[in-house]
Amino acid sequence: MSLTSTATDTAKIITVNAARIDAVMAIQFKDDMREQAGDGPARVILDLSAVEFIDSSGLGAIVAAMKQLGSERKLDLAGLTPSVEKVFRLTRMDTVFNLFGSLDDAISTEAADPSE
Amino acid sequence: MSGKHTGFTHGFAATEHDTRGALAEIMMRLRIIGVPDEQAGGVEIAVTEAVNNIVEHAYRDVDRGSIMIRAGVTGNVLRVLLVDEGAELPGAELPAGRPANIDTALDDLPEGGFGWFMIRTLTRDIRYRRWRGRNHLRLQFDLIPTVG
Repeated sequence: MSLTSTATDTAKIITVNAARIDAVMAIQFKDDMREQAGDGPARVILDLSAVEFIDSSGLGAIVAAMKQLGSERKLDLAGLTPSVEKVFRLTRMDTVFNLFGSLDDAISTEAADPSE
Repeated sequence: MSGKHTGFTHGFAATEHDTRGALAEIMMRLRIIGVPDEQAGGVEIAVTEAVNNIVEHAYRDVDRGSIMIRAGVTGNVLRVLLVDEGAELPGAELPAGRPANIDTALDDLPEGGFGWFMIRTLTRDIRYRRWRGRNHLRLQFDLIPTVG
């Protein structure tokens, strides 16, 4: 799986360079996320704009990635395509994560903390 | 097209790897037989979860199982039949597919158990039958006709 990351002063941005996060990808995704998000700013933004499809394994892997960050850090999701957003909405995981329409939206609202 | 029946059958090996290519092929053929783009996403999620369940559970102890998918559109109804020769569903019954509990502390959030709930939510009807050593799972979807 291909993840790339960049860091701003306040957030680490991790981009998923794959069209699917599915049963084939899920374990690799978890490992790669652990590597990419192991340290750095408290806020991690996962850019999902290239991802056209996730299944329940992929959703589970994203939840696992958030848990790995611990309670002091958080994982925000940006650029969800319609099918990906559907999975989050169906499972109500859209209430657990902060979802942003685009990476720009996520970056420009970086001061806000909706969890408080 | 309305009222007419179109369909296809597609068989593939029940491995994670073959499944991915097969699902891409199946989604392409579903569009050809009349599943509109706006609904293809929901159908893809339900069919993928059903296939994942077969690979991960029915064929858990089998190296080389196979899956046969038959899909057909009649009028505004899409029917997808999945047949496998793996283990029977526990209790020979469809799982209830309750929503996973997400009102928990961070550490207790579920990382699985979403599949059957999504299948049930995305389909109009779902039937399961064990027949002659095979599992038959029948998913039915309402297709909303597109204008024009």
